[in-house]
Amino acid sequence: MGEFDEIVGEFLVESQEALNQLDQDLIALEERPGDREILARIFRAVHTIKGTSGFFGFTKLETVTHAGETLLSKLRDGELALTPDATTLLLSMVDVVRAMLGTIKERGNDGEGEHGELAEALKRAARGEPIEPSTSAQPVTPDVAVSVPPAPAAKSKRSKPSAKSDATRIAEAAPPPAAAPVTASAAPKPAVPAPIAAPPAAAPAPRAAAPRTEAGQQEGTDVRAPAFDSVRVDVELLDHLVDLAGELVLTRNQIRQLQALLGDGQLSSASQRLNLVTLGLQEGIMRMRMQPIDNVFSKFPRMVRDLARACKKLVRVEIDGKNTELDKSLIESIKDPLTHLLRNSVDHGIEPPDERTRHGKHPEGRILVRAAHAGGQVCVEISDDGAGIDLERVRDKAVSQGLVLAERASRMSRDELINLIFLPGFSTAKAVTNVSGRGVGMDVVKTNVEHMGGTVEVETELGRGTTFRIRVPLTLAIMPALIVASGSERYAVPQASLQELVVVDVGRSRQRIERVHGAPVYRLRDKLLPLVFLSEQLATETREQNFLRAKAHIAVLFAGGRQFGLVVDQVSDQQEIVVKPLAAGLKSLNVYAGATIMGDGRVVLILDVVGLAQRASLATNAREEVAFSAPAESLDEEEALTSLLLLRGPDDARLAVPLARVARLHTPLAVEIEEAAGNQVLQYGDEIMPVVELAGLLPERRLRPRHDLADTKPPERLNLVVVSAGGTHIGIAVHEILDVVDVRINLKGPSRPGVVGTMVIHGRVTELLDLDRVIEQSGALSALAEAV
Amino acid sequence: MTEQYCTFELDGLYLGLEARKVQEVLRYQPVTGVPLAPFPVRGLMNMRGQIVLVIDLRRRLDLPEAPEHVRPVNVLVRGGDGLASLLVDRVGDVLELAPEAFEPVPDTLSGTARSLLRGAYQLPDRLLLELDAEQAIAL
Repeated sequence: MGEFDEIVGEFLVESQEALNQLDQDLIALEERPGDREILARIFRAVHTIKGTSGFFGFTKLETVTHAGETLLSKLRDGELALTPDATTLLLSMVDVVRAMLGTIKERGNDGEGEHGELAEALKRAARGEPIEPSTSAQPVTPDVAVSVPPAPAAKSKRSKPSAKSDATRIAEAAPPPAAAPVTASAAPKPAVPAPIAAPPAAAPAPRAAAPRTEAGQQEGTDVRAPAFDSVRVDVELLDHLVDLAGELVLTRNQIRQLQALLGDGQLSSASQRLNLVTLGLQEGIMRMRMQPIDNVFSKFPRMVRDLARACKKLVRVEIDGKNTELDKSLIESIKDPLTHLLRNSVDHGIEPPDERTRHGKHPEGRILVRAAHAGGQVCVEISDDGAGIDLERVRDKAVSQGLVLAERASRMSRDELINLIFLPGFSTAKAVTNVSGRGVGMDVVKTNVEHMGGTVEVETELGRGTTFRIRVPLTLAIMPALIVASGSERYAVPQASLQELVVVDVGRSRQRIERVHGAPVYRLRDKLLPLVFLSEQLATETREQNFLRAKAHIAVLFAGGRQFGLVVDQVSDQQEIVVKPLAAGLKSLNVYAGATIMGDGRVVLILDVVGLAQRASLATNAREEVAFSAPAESLDEEEALTSLLLLRGPDDARLAVPLARVARLHTPLAVEIEEAAGNQVLQYGDEIMPVVELAGLLPERRLRPRHDLADTKPPERLNLVVVSAGGTHIGIAVHEILDVVDVRINLKGPSRPGVVGTMVIHGRVTELLDLDRVIEQSGALSALAEAV
Repeated sequence: MTEQYCTFELDGLYLGLEARKVQEVLRYQPVTGVPLAPFPVRGLMNMRGQIVLVIDLRRRLDLPEAPEHVRPVNVLVRGGDGLASLLVDRVGDVLELAPEAFEPVPDTLSGTARSLLRGAYQLPDRLLLELDAEQAIAL
């Protein structure tokens, strides 16, 4: 980078900061028109940009800012009074300047647009002529806004703004920063809580005089902390330090092990010191990534002002707790959901002034935006004193939009009704406006927040207002996670979405994994919990293999708007993990949120709970959700279905065993079968399990040469159905294990001893085994008991 | 201008990568499998605190799996998307080669292998195939 480029770069960064400040100052000035200090600050900022742009030869930028400066000087000298239209005009100037700075950054010149109209309007205003709204390039007027492409709370697009596309920008809260390096602010001493973001009224240091070492130049940072208290740090360097700190933790763990091995006293004290230093370092580095939420909040007054004008409403926004800090990655991700909620509050929440007056309210609506730390989390509230959510209307809309069955909706509790607004496709807006009402949004808000490991709550009272409360963790870089195992690998499940852990002994009939419409469910306190088998989703095992495991560990998770059970092989411990991004080639898999390194140095994948639910197509179908959240008694029909394990016995006979009785399927080598007291046994875990041949248990119906036994060699492996019987297990050797089916039991009379009855399954006559009888007949258990 | 090449063997083939793309060579490390990942991905490994994607170059080139006794070696390659590791059978010398010796990919090679190769160098005793590092680690 040449020296000139570097100077231009600095100019861009500083001007960007100045513009963000200008936005806020102009709004503040509107409230306190007489405040000469604010006016002087605005004037100086515009003056500085004008001067520097002239120096660099950005003549178009200079023309616009010069016109603005003229108007401002008249205002400052009291020759003109500030009108709302003049404020709007000045705000459009800020937008145009911002756009030009963006162009300078991208192309090195100040663009093709002349912006003569704006300059003219500014000049006319400076001459004291009345401002015509049509020529004032008003940021948002309804008719301009209609032509604007939809901009839901999704990702902020990088718009290449021109003066006329202001509405787009407002819909997206703010354009991306033109500032080159995205950096975080660093506290000089860990002991001092980062001195970024001093209260805005505190030290109105003149912008022009502020040197370039100022902290937090990221977009919207309202920083007027003394210049030498902070430094700019490249985020890449910061991330590198986080990595190194993580590595240090691993090394420390190794030293600890070594010390335990050697038992050396000196090493012990050194290792303890190392431990402390490592912890401190890690904490300090995490703190360096923290930024005040004001980076987001500072955009809100301007946004609300423009929106309120567009909706012809009077709205005042109050902001509290803007110095609340959270991780920089979260600041970026929380911006969209908050912007969307705020937009909703202005558009849907606050009523038009006349309606408010009719209801005896102050014509000016009030929105309170508040942030605070609470229990290791950041809680952000957006509350309005508007109309509140009409739950009856929500119910009707949800039914008419086919999101919920009418019968179900009529039985919904208040909380359930409120949560309907988070269903995809839900909208109560009477008319689609540019602001909201497209039915895209609340579900996106919820999903985005959940992706951050957070939650959204709603409180509403008809006629009194609505409060949205978002809770997110302080940082994404370190998070508590539950370590689970599936197959040969371990995985980390973010603790934020974990509700409880359940261990199911499949052998016990009361605790069964059942199927409803073919989907596996578990009956958890009279609710049916849909199950997602991790190994099945990751394609490391089939569902049937899962189904036949003796024990299932279910992590009950809540994400993507619904509760589901994640079935894993093992649950180990809870740990604080350091989240690291995945290689680009793996990001498209969407079931992993990242990876982490465990204490033993191995890499462990972090599961993306929302992605996993989507992959299992759980989170998409709202109708199905209703079916699943229905109480269990409404599923009598499914109740009657029984899962049976289909087997092929001797002579190709079809046999079935209730799946509930099957502990697992086992295929030991034939040579593993041992003899004990004249019986065949197999070591099964800690047990000695008797093994019986099904062929030997059932009396033959007719004599027939046994081709299958005579002609074929004895198989290398046995197919054992391990059945629980009286607290122990017995292995029944069968020819083949065919399938698991769900059927309604409808038996015809018994065909032979050892069989409960026959029925037709898959078009074949199938005998249902009388397991207890068969086991008793074999005498295997009693023989074993005698032998042992 | 000669270019330095880091050479290695893979299923009897003699392959080379531009040495400036290679960060280091590491003996085989345990990997964590990534279910659902594309077939050539063997998993993720921890390289001094950095998580690195490990790609089995045999699989990437549609070559047969390595025999049991072969302990593959990690060749860490810097690409556009960061660091990735290519598993190869054995690492050879670093060679300095002049562009005059460069030839197009021999016609005898086909399939995936061909698309990941840039060309070949005829050495006195054997043929060195130049692997396109960026392509090889892109999935």
